[in-house]
Amino acid sequence: MPMQEVLAGAKKAVPIVLGYLPLGFAYGALGRIAGIPLPYIIMMSLMVFAGSGQFIAVSMIAAGSGVISIVMTTFLVNLRHLLMSASLSTFLQEIPRKVLPIIAFWLTDESYALACGELREQNRSHYYLLGLFGTAYAGWVMGGTLGGLFGGIFSSAQATLTMEYALYAMFIFLLVIQLTEKKLLLAACIAGLLSLVFYLTIPGSWYIILATVCTATLGVTLEKCQT
Amino acid sequence: MLLILGMSIVTYLPRFLPLYLLTKMEIPEIVVAWLRYVPVAVLSALIMPGILTVDKQLAVTLSNPYLLASILAIFVAYRTKNMMLTVSIGMVAVLVWHAYI
Repeated sequence: MPMQEVLAGAKKAVPIVLGYLPLGFAYGALGRIAGIPLPYIIMMSLMVFAGSGQFIAVSMIAAGSGVISIVMTTFLVNLRHLLMSASLSTFLQEIPRKVLPIIAFWLTDESYALACGELREQNRSHYYLLGLFGTAYAGWVMGGTLGGLFGGIFSSAQATLTMEYALYAMFIFLLVIQLTEKKLLLAACIAGLLSLVFYLTIPGSWYIILATVCTATLGVTLEKCQT
Repeated sequence: MLLILGMSIVTYLPRFLPLYLLTKMEIPEIVVAWLRYVPVAVLSALIMPGILTVDKQLAVTLSNPYLLASILAIFVAYRTKNMMLTVSIGMVAVLVWHAYI
């Protein structure tokens, strides 16, 4: 039964939703405090559906950054999904191709991690996966909407500072779990240092992009030199 | 609106293209090697200026709440591998810092 499969997938997504609601709320609230109109806050969640990208966009809008630099930074931040998408493709050979565009749109760090764990153990139908991914999406959009509606209450400097920290804590988590090799740890150190130096010396918001491109290029060059 | 559209396109492409095309073509090895560094590099590049500076000034001191919370968050993330726990403990640390310092 498709419906039962969808529900089973939705149930599996509950822990993700529990994480997305407060994080989405913080995004919506910060957007509101930055002066972004509510329809745009919700639209961004509906159309972009990328926590880190949306947080960055909000803080860059608040800092007065340009559209191109915000879009470029979003691109680099979300480029990590490329690897997840590639790895997920190996599990989805049997799935009808017409649902792949939807699953791809709903791909996030959390749903990827959960789905991979599931698919490694047993085969799941596309109904199950759509239930899982779709529930996470609904949770994120709902959190952002609630934050946009009621986040104004938390406009004190202290509350803003605390909510903004949610973003860094999330990034720290995502970074720490990916440091599985020595060369990646080294890359993280170099990128952090470069980014800090560029941030303090170059005006604008290009420091993230510059530091990332320099580090990845340096990493590949060093690898090539070794072999 | 233009911003949202741009963001949605650049977010969707890396999610969609590998999933859809990987059965048809191979990505060159050097591109894969380069991409391997991007996730950790971009995350670190985002984090460091945010937690080590205050108002565009280097702030490696106890008076920087993000720095203290981050040291705690790194520890929690490493030990528990739990995102919700890492985010909540980090946020509570910032709150507590404000209440007591």
